[in-house]
Amino acid sequence: MAVTILFLGPLRDLAGEATYEVDAPLDWAGLLDAVGPEVAAQLSEERVNVACAGKVLGDKTELSAQDGDEVALLPPVSGG
Amino acid sequence: MVRFSMVFEEVRLLHEPFSPQEYIEKTANYTITKGGVASFTGYVSADGGVEALELSHYEPLTQPGMEDLSWKAQQRFELKALTIIHRVGLMRPGEPIVCVSAAARHRRGAIEAVDYCMDHLKSAAWFWKRELKNGEWTWIEPREEDHADLARWR
Repeated sequence: MAVTILFLGPLRDLAGEATYEVDAPLDWAGLLDAVGPEVAAQLSEERVNVACAGKVLGDKTELSAQDGDEVALLPPVSGG
Repeated sequence: MVRFSMVFEEVRLLHEPFSPQEYIEKTANYTITKGGVASFTGYVSADGGVEALELSHYEPLTQPGMEDLSWKAQQRFELKALTIIHRVGLMRPGEPIVCVSAAARHRRGAIEAVDYCMDHLKSAAWFWKRELKNGEWTWIEPREEDHADLARWR
């Protein structure tokens, strides 16, 4: 089993794929490492949120994803 | 203040084109005693040479977020029925993207509930949009006005 990293919106273009599969467990440092420098730079911005197992994290640096969890990277939502 | 009155609600993400009129009529018909129904429908605009719009979402957050918004609107306004419909996927100019319809005994509650839901859908709901112009896709960034719109309700 593994952790699935899901890229939403413009982050998908940067990542070049919709999802990555990485080994569990996955923490913040591991996430930054797994997604590559371009996405990692975006992730470090406050306006980018991270959800784990369907819940948006209050503090994304406390990420602690386990086997089977989906980690979604959420760029700012588009305006109208 | 928490209201416990019965409100009929329909909150839905759609992957196919829809008829706003059907949902607006349904919203009115949910309430046997009628009153007033207000609604807003947003369509894909061809302004600026837009050829297509693509909306992506994240099901585990987007649908619960819309349900939470519906619940908050019901707490805030005296409603009889509330419908929130949002398209996702690829759309062409002229297709409806969003429809919010609210039924209430009095017009003010219905109109304000629609305004409230639209402001939150535009700036706080989990949707990412990109548009196709001259054969090129561009992601739409958040706008300052959207945050100002949201601040009206705080």
